[in-house]
Amino acid sequence: MICACAWSAPSSTSIFSNKTTPAHELNDLSMFVLGITGLIYVGVSSLLVYAIVKFRARKGDTTEPPQVFGSMQIELSWTIIPILIIVVLFLTTARVLFSVQDAQKPAYALDVIVVGHQFWWEFRYPQYNVVTANELHLPLSSKDAPRPAFMKLTSADVMHSFWVPQLDGKTDVLPNRVNEMWIDPHETGLYVGQCAQFCGAEHAKMLLRVYVDTPEQFKQWIANQQRMQAELTAVPVGPQGSAAQTAPNAGNQGGLVRTATSKVPPNSPPTHGNVTPNTGEAQEISAQAGQYVFEHEACISCHTVAGTVATGRYGPDLTHLMSRDTIASGAVPNTKEKLLAWIGDPNQLKPGSLMPAMHLSDRQNEQITAYLMTLK
Amino acid sequence: MGTESMPAPQGIETAVDRTAVVSRPGTYLELIHSWIVTVDHKRLGILYICYALVFLLVAGTEALLIRIQLFYPHNDFVSPFTFNRLFTMHGTTMVFLVGMPILFGFGNYLVPLMIGARDMAFPRLNAFSFWISAFAGLLLYYSFIGGVGLYGTGSAPDVAWFAYAPLTERPFSPGHSTDYWAVAILANGIGSIGTAINILATFFCMRCKGMTLSRIPLLPWLYATMSFLVLVAVSPLTAAQAMLLIDRYLGGHFFDTQMGGSAILWAHFFWIFGHPEVYVLVLPAFAFANEIIPVFSRKAIFGYPAMVAASVGIGFISLGVWAHHMFTIGMTSFGNAFFTLSTMLVSIPTGIKTFNWLATLWGGKIRFATPMLFSIAFLFQWVIAGLTGIMLSVSAWNWQLHNSYFVVAHFHYVLVGAIVFMIFAAIYYWYPKMTGRMLDDRLGKWHFWLMVIGFHVTFDVMHFPGLLGMPRQIFTYEPDRGWTLLNQIVSVGGFIQGIAVLIFVYNMVHSYFRGVEAGPDPWDAWTLEWSTTSPPPAYNFVVDPVVASRRPLWDLKHPEDPDSAFE
Amino acid sequence: MATVPLEHVKGEGEWKLPSRGMVAMACLITAESSIFLIFVVAYLYYLGRDVSGPYPKDVLEIPYFGTVCLLSSSGFIMLAERAIEHAKMAAFRLWWGVTILLGAIFLVDTGMEWHKLIVHDHLTIHTNLFGTCFYSLVGLHASHVIIGMLMMLVTMGFALTGHVRVEHSYRVKVLALYWHFVDAVWVVVFTVVYVVGR
Repeated sequence: MICACAWSAPSSTSIFSNKTTPAHELNDLSMFVLGITGLIYVGVSSLLVYAIVKFRARKGDTTEPPQVFGSMQIELSWTIIPILIIVVLFLTTARVLFSVQDAQKPAYALDVIVVGHQFWWEFRYPQYNVVTANELHLPLSSKDAPRPAFMKLTSADVMHSFWVPQLDGKTDVLPNRVNEMWIDPHETGLYVGQCAQFCGAEHAKMLLRVYVDTPEQFKQWIANQQRMQAELTAVPVGPQGSAAQTAPNAGNQGGLVRTATSKVPPNSPPTHGNVTPNTGEAQEISAQAGQYVFEHEACISCHTVAGTVATGRYGPDLTHLMSRDTIASGAVPNTKEKLLAWIGDPNQLKPGSLMPAMHLSDRQNEQITAYLMTLK
Repeated sequence: MGTESMPAPQGIETAVDRTAVVSRPGTYLELIHSWIVTVDHKRLGILYICYALVFLLVAGTEALLIRIQLFYPHNDFVSPFTFNRLFTMHGTTMVFLVGMPILFGFGNYLVPLMIGARDMAFPRLNAFSFWISAFAGLLLYYSFIGGVGLYGTGSAPDVAWFAYAPLTERPFSPGHSTDYWAVAILANGIGSIGTAINILATFFCMRCKGMTLSRIPLLPWLYATMSFLVLVAVSPLTAAQAMLLIDRYLGGHFFDTQMGGSAILWAHFFWIFGHPEVYVLVLPAFAFANEIIPVFSRKAIFGYPAMVAASVGIGFISLGVWAHHMFTIGMTSFGNAFFTLSTMLVSIPTGIKTFNWLATLWGGKIRFATPMLFSIAFLFQWVIAGLTGIMLSVSAWNWQLHNSYFVVAHFHYVLVGAIVFMIFAAIYYWYPKMTGRMLDDRLGKWHFWLMVIGFHVTFDVMHFPGLLGMPRQIFTYEPDRGWTLLNQIVSVGGFIQGIAVLIFVYNMVHSYFRGVEAGPDPWDAWTLEWSTTSPPPAYNFVVDPVVASRRPLWDLKHPEDPDSAFE
Repeated sequence: MATVPLEHVKGEGEWKLPSRGMVAMACLITAESSIFLIFVVAYLYYLGRDVSGPYPKDVLEIPYFGTVCLLSSSGFIMLAERAIEHAKMAAFRLWWGVTILLGAIFLVDTGMEWHKLIVHDHLTIHTNLFGTCFYSLVGLHASHVIIGMLMMLVTMGFALTGHVRVEHSYRVKVLALYWHFVDAVWVVVFTVVYVVGR
């Protein structure tokens, strides 16, 4: 009954709700084991209950019962029978074990590389040259169009564990070692999980989101992820109050202007030669201003935005940040407010996160947010 | 003292030494001093037990704080850093500062008495082992206030009780929390090894005349097996901790993955210790069952040779199962299969023991005194614990269950449902011998029933979050996973158990002063400790015992049907 | 304690139990072997996994002389045991002293080897995996040699002041058992480090 309540919960992480072949095999095995152990439990407990009821000392009886010291036949019987049960259990387990763990990778499999970090997940698709973070997309793998994902997992720092219960058992993720697993999702949808090996302060918030798309959706997603971002025209207006205009197509009237609409569309070619180094804080909240701050503060030492000078590998790849539903590895929804709060001080949302608060001004934070919002 | 053949036995009373009256105790300072410098195995046993009970309350409080934090998703009762320290300290304390000491305490107290000796083989080593363990416990808890940890909240260990590398290496644990963990537990291990040496030397070399190996009661047999396991299994932990300290302080690379070191090696070393360790904890629980169940069924234990063989067999097989804690770490399929098989094999001797207990009850005349109530609960709970263990041994299914609350429920079923319940049984059973007074029976029943209810509310229910995908060691959880109600029920059960334990502590203190006098043999039992006064004199026995069977007192009480006629 | 009359103790003559000291030393040896085993396993596991040099085959030279000294000291300690059993105290002091001397030579030899490795080959415990494993394992063994030597020196002190007599031969045997263990461990360490590992 409790289970029913739980299984009806909106996002199920039940190990009994299976959407892939490995998960199904594990589930069938688990049912078999549950059956056998259940029978053993019922048998032994009944005998125990019977014994303590039938052989209670009667009131006032102080005589001793006949002393029985043992019986070789009985000892043998309850040695041999358990051995037989063990043999059955072991052979069934071994069969599933070898079939799942030693499965051969077909030529049409999708390759995925998973890298665990403190406290986020990096995903790479070597066949497509795509790098993303925290939200994994996989294509549906149906009987007529099988497309299993064969994953190689490793860690950049400490031990983690990749666990999405509806898709498979967990695989630990270790530094200096590559582990492997495979899944072939039979149903589209969003599957959630989280890190399952204690890895430090925010272990509980290292969440996983796996989106199983139809093959067409997956193709589109890949195509989007492969797009590079652009170096926007950089820098905006000069020192506070000055009317100096340096951005050619900014369309500003000068002075303090918020021009959210004056940002350059993402895929326009970079302009060269029109950039004047900024000597003061830029005033407008624009994507160009944001990218300028992003590239001149320490952001690029940790983050990558493909197509720009940002090639840091320590933190999540941000090239297509806005294609994700969450930030902070599933812990925080990906909205403008939350993004701003995160950039301001990550430890407010995820204390123990390894991204430091950069102590930029509010304006700079808003500018960066504006820039990030363009990274679709 | 020589052994003397007395005239035909007239009953136990004549043997009781009435001159063993403690002379005037002197000042309180003298009293405390006598306890600090004691080398008497009985006093050291009591010191171990009291020390462990204090830490039981501390670690229990840590558990309740954990349960409060997990009552609601996204709760902020404690910070993630504090939570990580709480669960690390809860586990470390319970295993090393409660489980090991209290079981060593009972071993210290009972083994010499049961084999008819006057003390352990090495009394001063015994005292040293206790005091270094006590120092280790205090050092571990000093960490809460000593130094400044990474986040300034003290340096209590926060790396989980199994302290996986490379989280424990300097780059990832720059504060001192890991150091407190490593040094304190290393010191504790030295104490454990000392006691283990003592128990084995006592077992082999100090038996009274006539007590051949096949006449030793089962408790000393199980303690000897457990001590052997301590020698072979605690040492790998000591070695691994030394390696960790070499890495952290001398720049070594044992677990430094940047220089080719291996995280999986730590896991192997730790579990080579960790699995036998849980058998170190459970074998004494079996020992208590082996003594208590027969006495309250009024029958000899069924199948003594099989019990000895099974116990020793469990000890040996348990050395070969450790990697069932590592099924998800990426071993080959062959490795996974091997450890599946070895783990399943350990259930055979364990099953033999369980069935032998059942057969002891069968045909008996069961008396439901408080020690027996706890023992019967133990039997039911042990069966469940063993069966969830079998489930976990199925390596493929383990890939889902590992590191989830299912595992937490399983091992608490073993540690609380089996071991703590038998510790309670043992205290109710032997407290009269140690103090001369009976524990109050009514309070005992309250303790028992509240404990059973609280235990099952918590740990039966706890299996389900695991089955629904909740990992362990997380300071909070997402509200949309369906785990909330289950966590709340689990937390409530924890508080019920807390109340039960408080009643128990009150019982122990109250009965010490006001309990009914016990006499030498309140339970009508059969092993040698019941032949002397309660509490025994410093020298244990007036005359060195001579035995001719496994149950010397049965022979005395039933001269028409002595066990010695059957051996 | 009321006892069962002795007639029921069937046909047992003298009640003989093993000696405490030997059992305890055997237990200690079991525990220590377990510790050494873990260091040996780590050493073997990490063979060939160094990310950078120096490598074992480049810098290790087989310590023939030290090994011969240490292993032969086991023979001399046996002579000492036999001497004290037969109450030949002068012979006991002689052979005991030779054992200590051979142990000291071994330690000096090890020290010289380490000096060469550190100063000439720049191999320290933090250089690479080999350095870490080597100094840990060989150092663990050497520390056990030092402890054995200290115990033997204390015994020598007692012997020279005339406090050791034939009735102490049992204690000498227990200590000798420890020394034999130390030598046996060296056989294993030597094989792992200088034969298999090079």
